[in-house]
Amino acid sequence: MPEKKPKPRKKSLPAAKAEELKAGGFIPQRQRGMITVRCKAPGGRVTSQRLRKIAEVAEKYGQGLVHLSVRMSPEILYVKMEDLEAVVRELAEAGQEIASCGKRFRVTTACGGCEYNPNGWTDTQRLAQEATRRFFGTNTPHKFKTCFSGCPIDCMRSREMDLGFQGMVEPKLIPENCTACTLCVRACQDNALRMEGDLPVRTWENCISCGDCIKVCPFDAMVAARVGHAVYVGGKHGKHPHVAYPVAQFVPDEKVFAVMEKTMEWYNLFGQRGERIGDTIDRVGMGSYRAFLRDTIGEYLIPAEDLRLPKWRRIFWRGVAEAFPDYEAGADK
Amino acid sequence: MKADITLDLRGTACPMNWVKAKLQLEEMSPGQVLEVLLDDGEPIRNVPRSARTEGHRILEVKPEGEGFRLLIQRGEESDEPLATSE
Repeated sequence: MPEKKPKPRKKSLPAAKAEELKAGGFIPQRQRGMITVRCKAPGGRVTSQRLRKIAEVAEKYGQGLVHLSVRMSPEILYVKMEDLEAVVRELAEAGQEIASCGKRFRVTTACGGCEYNPNGWTDTQRLAQEATRRFFGTNTPHKFKTCFSGCPIDCMRSREMDLGFQGMVEPKLIPENCTACTLCVRACQDNALRMEGDLPVRTWENCISCGDCIKVCPFDAMVAARVGHAVYVGGKHGKHPHVAYPVAQFVPDEKVFAVMEKTMEWYNLFGQRGERIGDTIDRVGMGSYRAFLRDTIGEYLIPAEDLRLPKWRRIFWRGVAEAFPDYEAGADK
Repeated sequence: MKADITLDLRGTACPMNWVKAKLQLEEMSPGQVLEVLLDDGEPIRNVPRSARTEGHRILEVKPEGEGFRLLIQRGEESDEPLATSE
């Protein structure tokens, strides 16, 4: 016999009440009076002590079930509405805070980054904790999702974020250390390196700043000249996906929070309620957003002519350049 | 440069090629040189990096036939926990 489908809620919560709950990280379930409690875990990082508390609460007040949300939050399922206060109090005993939903800055996600992942260039975990500490809950016209990826492999999918940061590195050759072993040329997947005589020569317009050449070099001949973040804005998935636009490159750590702040400021000025920032940019214009950032990160904005380089066309937004030719016009401003 | 020991790891895929090289290095004394023959592609990209991560020194990387000849000098003993980049 087929399993019986769970009954939908007989009477749905008033919209205002549901929105209030969601702001607090409590998601009304299909089952009447049942709530999913979303726990805050910036960068997907949880101490074992907090994890034990989450498990304890899930067993005491739920059905011993936790769902790991697509944005790295552990969600305790099947909590009764009347137990919410006790659940919040008991989680707080272990320092476990509640996340949020709805139209605001969400918990920032991140990969392992340079702290422990061999591929990472940027300290994504530290930045995700700090971004969440500074901006969590800030109201915006619609949801506002951010992430930190440590390198161009982009495990966190920065191009699907309202504002995504992706680590990148500028390689530099120290000729006197080079033994002409050719490993860097072979490691490059983007045709950015070739041997000329006894030295590797770079075609910069092909280089996507992944740093594979640095990682593979056994002689410290290829080193990191600078590390920073590529900034993407306007991405989202869902029913109407939108690939984010590349905005800036090699943005240093110390400018990251200013970019977040200015972006939300622009979004709050121009965005309509219920409109994601990608749609706001398409309606108002990329030029307006870029002009707003100019004082903060003017020197790091990607110039319009750079957007036509193979590295951005082929790798960062293949297909998008053709679909959104207007972006280039906006980037000229 | 003369190698103390040679390992032919052509045809051995990652990460087993590095595991074999590592076990060999552990039996050698600091300063001794291990010669390793490796395939092009993943092996030559990964093995030198792994060796460096674990405190050994790459003395030479030379293309040879379809693959590479790699000279690894055994590093000093270390109490640090070992890490791999695989």
